[in-house]
Amino acid sequence: MSATVTAPPRTVAAPARRDGVRARRRRLLVWIATHALAIALALMFVAPVVFIALTALMTDQQALTSDLWPRSWNWANFAVVFQKSMLLRWAANTLMYAVLGTVFTVVSSVPVAYALARFRFTGRRLAFLLVITTMMLPPQVIAVPIYLVWARLGLTDSLWPLILPLLLGDAFSIFLLRQFLVTIPRDYTDAARVDGCSDLKTLVRVILPMARPAVAAVALFQFFYCWNDYYGPLLYAGVEQDHLTLSLGLATFKAFHSVQWNLTMAATLLVTAPVIIVFFFAQRVFIEGVTLTGVKG
Amino acid sequence: MASLADVWRRREGLRALVWLSPWLAGVAIFFVYPLLSTVYFSFHRYDMYTLEFAGLDNYRYLFQDPRVLTSAKNTLWLVIVLVPATVLFSLALAQLVVRLKAGAGLFRTIFYLPSLVPMAAGTITFVFLMNPATGPWNQFLALFGIQGPDWFGDPAWSKPSLTLLSLWSCGQLVVIFLAALLDVPKHLYEAAAIDGAGPWRQFRSVTLPTLAPVLMFALVTNVIYALQYFTQAMIASRVASGSTDSPGSSFSPGYPDESLLTLPQWLFQVGFRDYSMGYACVLALLLFATSMIFTLILLRQFRRAEEAS
Repeated sequence: MSATVTAPPRTVAAPARRDGVRARRRRLLVWIATHALAIALALMFVAPVVFIALTALMTDQQALTSDLWPRSWNWANFAVVFQKSMLLRWAANTLMYAVLGTVFTVVSSVPVAYALARFRFTGRRLAFLLVITTMMLPPQVIAVPIYLVWARLGLTDSLWPLILPLLLGDAFSIFLLRQFLVTIPRDYTDAARVDGCSDLKTLVRVILPMARPAVAAVALFQFFYCWNDYYGPLLYAGVEQDHLTLSLGLATFKAFHSVQWNLTMAATLLVTAPVIIVFFFAQRVFIEGVTLTGVKG
Repeated sequence: MASLADVWRRREGLRALVWLSPWLAGVAIFFVYPLLSTVYFSFHRYDMYTLEFAGLDNYRYLFQDPRVLTSAKNTLWLVIVLVPATVLFSLALAQLVVRLKAGAGLFRTIFYLPSLVPMAAGTITFVFLMNPATGPWNQFLALFGIQGPDWFGDPAWSKPSLTLLSLWSCGQLVVIFLAALLDVPKHLYEAAAIDGAGPWRQFRSVTLPTLAPVLMFALVTNVIYALQYFTQAMIASRVASGSTDSPGSSFSPGYPDESLLTLPQWLFQVGFRDYSMGYACVLALLLFATSMIFTLILLRQFRRAEEAS
């Protein structure tokens, strides 16, 4: 850049400056246009949350009208949601599913990803392709036989059929961890090998400290997957109110309180809030983790 | 004894097998066994109490079941409209954020956050927002002189409504594309600009080639997700029609007018609400076959990426 500024002789400096002014004005216009567009789009992205919050604060009657602004601010609606539904029970069920699911997934998936990324063996590529195949398998394909097995074991009407399989590894988590682990240079593990480290010691002492961002991302993704899961609990949790998860309960809430949009919106906000709060504490882990899923081979 | 330890150290394959064994057991229990079992049940009538051989009856019924064609058409719509719209919109958003000099991080957060909102909550939100009687969306459109339809209540507009929901929650893709765009070497743009390439030309000759693998990956995975499309459609139908899932209550999946019916939902209804497990297995195999086609495309991409690196 500096070369182009100093290079032209004085005689052509004037038109060059006029060009500079024009270029700068154009750049300013582009700056304004892109930022204006971004602001408009950002408003569209935020608007749904604003409108449900406003509706959540309306009275029962006003929520049925096309009004956008609450005439009175009924903060008590949030308390009413807790009284009229088993929201806390749903949250406890969801939390159990998410916490156990996350712990099981991390513990079972890290060793598999480690083996796929580090060991040289025939069928290694085949194993990786198997990871992708199971990752992309629609859960509905295998639903019937698996359901029958859990029914025979007497574990339907609970969330265990969703939690226990995670003890044997989760394809998406294995995939993500493997994508990260292959980027760790072999020199590190070779050095550990020379020092006489066993495979387990290499994993714990060398690999895991370096893979912390990937492990954190996998844990967060799994937690959110379980927290937001609707299909799994719909299949297994049964219909008793005290067995439901947040997503499941929220979906039935509207049916039981069909004329109370305000309460439904308040419940929606309450279900969404924890997710948003967690995000702000772990923003970097999320963004880095999502980037890993983008795939660069 | 020492030689045994030697063998252990040298045989990486053996060690790998030990490390992989829990997962391999998982694949056997939760993939191979259910798949074979699905094939077995597909030749039987089974309602969880009596099992009887049915030959090809379930397969024959597949061709008489009008719902299969309806869900195939709906899924095709999702693959042709919803998926490309979502991918292109995400790419456009990423392109926009890359160009922002001020507040890029804030905008990235705003565009990403909706993708974390539980799908159940997001879907209910959109059904409310786009409800012509109570929601603000049609009032907003009226500002531009547009008379909005009865979105989630109109079979012609229910799928476009879900597409809007999908655009709102496209944040994952935006972040993926953003990372890919930042990976494009800067000097390539400078070289192209010196050669007199305009913005469009730069996009076509520099951005697109480097982005192509990521873009293809996003397209294929999202097509596979479209084949599994379940939660949003199910909840939209439930909330818009006001029906519960309590036993004995009638719920017609795909409301309005089966316009949101997809194969996974029909499978769920047949297998777990009507308990026709045998026929549900035929539907499952149909779903498996279609998703495998796209999974194979994905696997080929991976192999190519692996060889390139």
